Amino acid sequence: MSISDQILAQHAQRSHVDPGEFLQASIDYVMVHEQLGGRIAPEFRKLGLDHIWDPDRVVFILDHWVPPPDVRAAKMHQTANRFAKEFNFTWNLGQNQGICHQVLPEKGFTQPGRLIVGSDSHTTTYGAFNCFATGIGATDVSMIFATGELWFQVPETRRINFTGRLNPSVLGKDVVLTMLRDFKTDGAIYEGFEFGGTGLSQISIDSRMTIANMVVEMGAKTGIFEGDPQLTQWLADHPSPTLSNSPTPTSSPFISPIPDYTYKSVNEYELDSIIPMIARPYSPDNVIPVAEMDRIPIDQAFLGSCTNGRLEDLRIAAKIVHHKKIPQQVKFIIIPASREIYLQAMREGLLEIFIEAGGVVEYPTCGPCIGGHMGVLGPGEICISTTNRNFRGRMGDPTSQSYLASPATVAASAVTGKITVPEAITPQ
Amino acid sequence: MTAKKLEKSNKLEKSENSSPLPSIKGRIWLLGDSIDTDLIVPSRVLTEQDPAKLLAATLENVIPSFAEQVQPGDIIVAGTNFGCGSSREEAVFVLKELGIRAVIASSFARIFFRNAINLGLPPIKVANAPSLGTQGDLVEILWQDGIIHNHTQDIQRNFPPFPPFLLNYIQSGGALNLLRQNLEL
Repeated sequence: MSISDQILAQHAQRSHVDPGEFLQASIDYVMVHEQLGGRIAPEFRKLGLDHIWDPDRVVFILDHWVPPPDVRAAKMHQTANRFAKEFNFTWNLGQNQGICHQVLPEKGFTQPGRLIVGSDSHTTTYGAFNCFATGIGATDVSMIFATGELWFQVPETRRINFTGRLNPSVLGKDVVLTMLRDFKTDGAIYEGFEFGGTGLSQISIDSRMTIANMVVEMGAKTGIFEGDPQLTQWLADHPSPTLSNSPTPTSSPFISPIPDYTYKSVNEYELDSIIPMIARPYSPDNVIPVAEMDRIPIDQAFLGSCTNGRLEDLRIAAKIVHHKKIPQQVKFIIIPASREIYLQAMREGLLEIFIEAGGVVEYPTCGPCIGGHMGVLGPGEICISTTNRNFRGRMGDPTSQSYLASPATVAASAVTGKITVPEAITPQ
Repeated sequence: MTAKKLEKSNKLEKSENSSPLPSIKGRIWLLGDSIDTDLIVPSRVLTEQDPAKLLAATLENVIPSFAEQVQPGDIIVAGTNFGCGSSREEAVFVLKELGIRAVIASSFARIFFRNAINLGLPPIKVANAPSLGTQGDLVEILWQDGIIHNHTQDIQRNFPPFPPFLLNYIQSGGALNLLRQNLEL
């Protein structure tokens, strides 16, 4: 069985599962964000239940519109907060911790072998930690609140083997954009990716999170990485939260695929041959090398989001913009993905580098990625962004255009005011 | 609610509803490939707590007057990867609230498909769905026979039967109805 088969089987109390079959599986953690105040609370209340199945297994965090940019968002937060209080959520992380997909791993919720779902499509990010994680809808969350279980169709698994090592200024984002070029946005619908190979040790945890984050852009249900010593160290630094009066959810030593499993496909990606890539409007699979792009002028450069707001991202970007001046007409927006990252970036002097260069550093939120606040695009504006989707209207006005690229490419483009390969900028 | 009733919910998959689904007949709205969730429901209205404002923005960047022109009973026919993007269940909710009875597509994004099943809006996968007809054609979905019949152009296409597991959700009118039955709420 693949890693995903094994985790689903274990949570359905089965010894074996086959792709395509339906099953009911018990959930280790369900993550909810603003959607709790959107469709989840009113839908669940229709059931008339006075408690949820297990308040210790829900992680609640506000991140999309924090702090609230308008009265509507503030009301949504109030609805969500009331629900969390009424149903005694144990893990109410509030609105100052950062973006869900960064904060849950930092707090140790994402452990190998767990089955974690969330009211957000990029919940797949947690696959970097050798767990099965996927996005679900509001009714799904309501069913879990009532029963602790959810229905799944066991996905087929595609294996990706990495070899070699990444070149400097090439990041996980370039790897996953290369995959999007090859698989396209519907190339893995209902399927799961499984990542391993001799090159795995050369990919940082931050970059693995970026890759797992964007598997959903290929339609995939999960993207699960094998474990390795690097992950062992990461998990040691981020232990699972425990409660004295409640059992800790399943976790296990690393789950490895059972040999001789027949994958839907097996592909090899040679990391040395991957170069900076960019996705043009209006699809994440409209990918070409940055070097082949026209050097078009940009109005905004955005560095942040659950895809690319981590320390690795901020460090490489800071190196590129250090002692440079961003052109006055370019809005360079930097948003660390979490409070922890924000603090560490501050201690390392990264935020100062961005601010000195003319960037605007904002507090952790999804913000501009969803056209929510803190950098919404106007008519015809062009943005280069480290985010995950460049759909029409996603980041603002329907006539605006977003290009998706790595933090290095976004930083280099911010410096020149035009779409630029990272290698073109000489660090000072 | 008692703990005993919660235990019953674990037998969710055992419940079967036997009444066959009636056929669905309606005018079609023809859409293209990769209609994403931001196009179906722009995120700028996601914080709206007034459903009317949510509905008014449906597909506004694809067909500007869609919310005004759509009629209860209409059917959407689309290309590949319908509903790709975010997990927002609003994308199914608005279509259902506007009276859409079914979505036929060449393929569906996974979370949209889940959400449609959970809200009882049938997502029907048909190879090369847009070749089923043209905008406004009258189409009938015959569940029993697994046939989609375009009455306007007399085109007929087959679709694979829904697995009983999923059909159960559709027949119950959505996951919460099924849950209510199982929990005896």
